[in-house]
Amino acid sequence: MLTSDNAFSTALALIMSMDSALISIVMLSLQVSLMAVFIASLLALPLGAALALWRFPGRNVVIVALNALMGLPPVVAGLCVYLLLSRAGPLGEWGLLFTPTAMVIAQVILVLPIIAALTRQQVEALHGEYAEQLNSFGLTRSRMIPTLLWDARFALMTVILAGFGRASAEVGAVMIVGGNIDGVTRVMTTSIVLETSKGNLPMALGLGIILLGLVTMINAIAHVIGETAKRRLG
Amino acid sequence: MTIYQAPPVATLQLENVSFVHRGSTLLKPTTLQLAGCHRTLIMGPNGAGKSLLMRLSHGLLTPTSGSVHWQSEPPAQAMVFQRPVLLRRSALDNLTYVLAINNPPRPELKGLSRKAQAMSALEKFGLAPLAKRPARVLSGGEQQRLALARAWLLNPRVLFLDEPTSALDPAAIKAVEDAVLEFHHSGTRIVMTTHDLHQARRLANDVLFLHNGELLEHTPANVFFTAPSSPEAGAFIRGELVW
Repeated sequence: MLTSDNAFSTALALIMSMDSALISIVMLSLQVSLMAVFIASLLALPLGAALALWRFPGRNVVIVALNALMGLPPVVAGLCVYLLLSRAGPLGEWGLLFTPTAMVIAQVILVLPIIAALTRQQVEALHGEYAEQLNSFGLTRSRMIPTLLWDARFALMTVILAGFGRASAEVGAVMIVGGNIDGVTRVMTTSIVLETSKGNLPMALGLGIILLGLVTMINAIAHVIGETAKRRLG
Repeated sequence: MTIYQAPPVATLQLENVSFVHRGSTLLKPTTLQLAGCHRTLIMGPNGAGKSLLMRLSHGLLTPTSGSVHWQSEPPAQAMVFQRPVLLRRSALDNLTYVLAINNPPRPELKGLSRKAQAMSALEKFGLAPLAKRPARVLSGGEQQRLALARAWLLNPRVLFLDEPTSALDPAAIKAVEDAVLEFHHSGTRIVMTTHDLHQARRLANDVLFLHNGELLEHTPANVFFTAPSSPEAGAFIRGELVW
């Protein structure tokens, strides 16, 4: 019989026991999602800023496509990466399917449009305010990008957190390309799916509580850093 | 401090410059020469095209027709806007930023580190105690002084100012006007818009008077204020509404 009581006590017991299997699952979850967000940010921040600054034919198509991709179902992203990386696929030789690397790739594809689309919005708004002054300084558009990204940093931190939220919460993509292999590619969300289907609901809910706790902690740390910096720099 | 003798400022030539936006002509074809190290005030009612003429001269906008060019190498320029655009950084970092992106240092600051140059500019404009404060929480007057300090570090030969005092109290206006005179004294040509007649009388060597996108006068200040040649300028000086 499932009650919230025994879910919480299961979660607590899991944490207290410092079970090594649990720790490796938690660490892998964090590793995959943080790495995916890091790589996606490296690509998407300059991409979003460039999209904000340059006018070119087809720009609106790119913007609409990026906005649409924010809603890309994780299973579809997973399926595409699966097809690319499977033995018969174009990148099958790399042997990456069912490895954490494949999971990172899939999550990058999920997170990148979110960060790029939201960065585009933030940078475009800031550029509206800064454009004349930066032009007056004689900056070219490509030299404006670092300035605009840095000055939009507080808003962009929230953007990156939104990306992290997407990565840490999704299960479809990592399930398909990772395969939920015990000790290799099992992460929090895939474990929850597994425990649920096994009927071990307290365990599933306990893992869910731990996942929620971790995500809350990371957001809280980012929030404190952001608020402190904001108070100091205005 | 060594006395620095500035070389003459290049002449700016506007030939048949016009500007059309969405079908309406905001600046009628204008031919104009800005020569010498003067303090030129651009005057006229709202919507006359003052800011537009300045942005075309500074190169922020491209004219629809005609040409804007300097008769020799384009000089170092800076612009101070009506609402100062300050970066989301400390006052000091706003200054080191422009030192990092371009520009040789001012001759009298040569050899100093960027931070030391920035501090000397802050001191010059009475902002040294605010160095660490975020630029965007400073008062309106302090922000405008910071924008002027930033322009000072760019060592411009031509300084454009777009209604820099329109939102300031009298003390802050005085500080800005003193800074403008200081720039001019050190060999910087001043091009400034204002709709404040008293300010124009205090600062102008010569006046450009615009009305409805048309340059009606370009005359020495004493002539403009005593014997304007166009009826619109006459009415403007008498404080009547001109349409």
